[in-house]
Amino acid sequence: MHTLPQQLANGLILGSMYGLIAIGYTMVYGIVQLINFAHGEIYMTGAFGALTVYTNLPDGMSIWAALPLMLAGGAVVSMLIAVGAERLAYRPLRHAPRLAPLITAIGLSLALQQAVFLWYPNATSGKTFPQLPGGPFHIGSVDIQSGDIFLVVAAVVCMAALAAFVRTSRTGRAMQATAQDPDTAQLMGIDTNRIIVIAFAIGGFFAAVAGLASGLKYGQIKYDIGFQAGLKAFTAAVLGGIGNIYGAMLGGLVLGIAESCASAYISNIPGMDKLGGGSWNTVWAFVLLIVVLLVRPQGLLGERVADRA
Amino acid sequence: MRHRSLLILTTVLTTGALTLTACGSRSDDKGGTGGSGGSSTSAAKNVTVVIGVDAPLTGQNSATGLGLQYGAQIAVDDANSKNLVPGVTFKIEAKDDKAQPATGQQNATAFTSDNNVIAAIGPLNSSVAVSMQQVFATANMVEISPANTNPALTQGKDWATGKKVRPFPTYFRTATTDANQGGFAGDYAFNTLKKKSAYVVDDKQTYGAGLAGIFKEKFSSLGGKIAGTDHVNTGDNDYSTLVTKIKNSHADMVYYGGQYDESELITKQLKAAGVKIPLMGGDGMYSTTYIKTAGPAAEGDLVTSVGVPVATLKTATDFINAYKSKGYPGDYGTYGGYTYDATTAIIKAVKVVMDANGGKLPAMPDARKALVDAVQKTDLEGVAGHVSFDQFGDTTNKQLTVYQVKSGNWVAVKSGIYTG
Repeated sequence: MHTLPQQLANGLILGSMYGLIAIGYTMVYGIVQLINFAHGEIYMTGAFGALTVYTNLPDGMSIWAALPLMLAGGAVVSMLIAVGAERLAYRPLRHAPRLAPLITAIGLSLALQQAVFLWYPNATSGKTFPQLPGGPFHIGSVDIQSGDIFLVVAAVVCMAALAAFVRTSRTGRAMQATAQDPDTAQLMGIDTNRIIVIAFAIGGFFAAVAGLASGLKYGQIKYDIGFQAGLKAFTAAVLGGIGNIYGAMLGGLVLGIAESCASAYISNIPGMDKLGGGSWNTVWAFVLLIVVLLVRPQGLLGERVADRA
Repeated sequence: MRHRSLLILTTVLTTGALTLTACGSRSDDKGGTGGSGGSSTSAAKNVTVVIGVDAPLTGQNSATGLGLQYGAQIAVDDANSKNLVPGVTFKIEAKDDKAQPATGQQNATAFTSDNNVIAAIGPLNSSVAVSMQQVFATANMVEISPANTNPALTQGKDWATGKKVRPFPTYFRTATTDANQGGFAGDYAFNTLKKKSAYVVDDKQTYGAGLAGIFKEKFSSLGGKIAGTDHVNTGDNDYSTLVTKIKNSHADMVYYGGQYDESELITKQLKAAGVKIPLMGGDGMYSTTYIKTAGPAAEGDLVTSVGVPVATLKTATDFINAYKSKGYPGDYGTYGGYTYDATTAIIKAVKVVMDANGGKLPAMPDARKALVDAVQKTDLEGVAGHVSFDQFGDTTNKQLTVYQVKSGNWVAVKSGIYTG
């Protein structure tokens, strides 16, 4: 079992990525009770935004200097699309039956994916993404790449900033109020439309960070990376308790570790050798989700909310 | 319980959306009925005959897939400009199968129901071929794949036990099989590279799993150790778990059965984790995209591929020059020459069919049927070697070559014929 620390680290890194994307699902759900299925695509466009900035920078510029600009570029694209989707697609349907915005979200997801496929230059197959130099770093028996360090640090910093923002700032408290009861919040003088836009924008920003980190980690992005990442992140959000930002991050980490340990060790159990290995990781992730939902239907950190149950 | 019912609804919708995206059918609404198509008219009038091409043209495997489309295009352009079949103008119609069996089957159905299409070239992927063979067989339409290497496609599912039965008389291929390729690789790894312990990974597809299995058998029968096996999903991009397992197994090489889309990321993540052992694969990995994406991590990696290097063949010079001068996208290196030869085989067979019918092309269902026999009797010198088919529809040209990445390029290190 001496590979355990390395497999835990692998899971933690993968989980940080799921967590970053899951924040977007959970924030939007917490405030407007909408599963924004286009969120995976917002992550993908964030990665493409960052790549666009990089390809337009002068040659020979250090990747470290380019990094903030790439993040800014990705964030602008993701946030504009997230906020634009809210304004043009979801807001007109705010008081429609819930099915309508949900199907709109799925449609938007397909539209965004195909738009990148058609109009981004040569995006019909994978695009090479720059990678961070240096590494691997050895911590005990664990090897970590520089791209992984960026991802984990970004996840921790973003999460801490978000927690502080929601707890202490005026806008953050307004968000909590809107999540609890939008009508009463509005009566108390909170501009709920503005709060909803901010929730979408924050989700978009987190997705852009994840998109950039994914490009740096794997060195390649594709027009369809948003689908699977979105599905896993949505699972992470439900696992952690949808609507709860800490739950989204925790759900992401649990999912990442579960996937990595399942594919590493299940095949060692006698009689289970056919059910382990890398190709089964998604199966075990969903088995975990089903078990958690059976025992705790509200998710790991979710609350039983009387008026919505 | 609105919360939970919303989740259930969501799940159902997602599944629905998945299914829908998988079957976006594209019917061209032409041909189909009207048996007396333009092709049944007399030879005096110039008729247009369409050769269908099915390959992944976007997304996964598209670099090699585009090589199929444009390899066939050049063959058709040559035939038309040289007036190889007087009175007939050939045309290529390419359809994108996205490397998905279901899409390939739709394309095959579209080809067979279009009365202007006489035969088809493709597909690239063995798994796609499995879903297309029956469609072409029912329509008596010739299908020649320049790229499929899974032995079961021509020799039946029990080929390994020696009970070889050809399942479809309409299916031919100009690439040799993995029975030869996997054995050739196992032999090279053990006897030439002196590798003693291999970690075998595959992508669970018809091609990848088949190839990996044959390699594994050959390598261990020679006395090599199989340090471990694993399977990956196509389209995954995180292989950290796999890399950790390989590292821990102390294997001195990795064999991957599958395409370049996954293996280029595996080798990159493997070398980044400090595991400096070569990754070896089959023809699905032989692509310049592999080196481009993996970068320095690809150095020293190996593939086996069908045939001898096209660039070393005198006969292929014109083909390569045409490909380059037209600026076509995609990789012609692996299958371009074979595609050209497969297309030429069809074109020449059309002439045979016409000659036997008094210089006229028979009406469509008959023309297709007659073409099957004509293709079976193919005997020509192609750009990638001699082209003829044995009783299973397999090529008689069983040349294989090992390539290795050296200074960022695929370099041929050994060519030969695998004899078992």
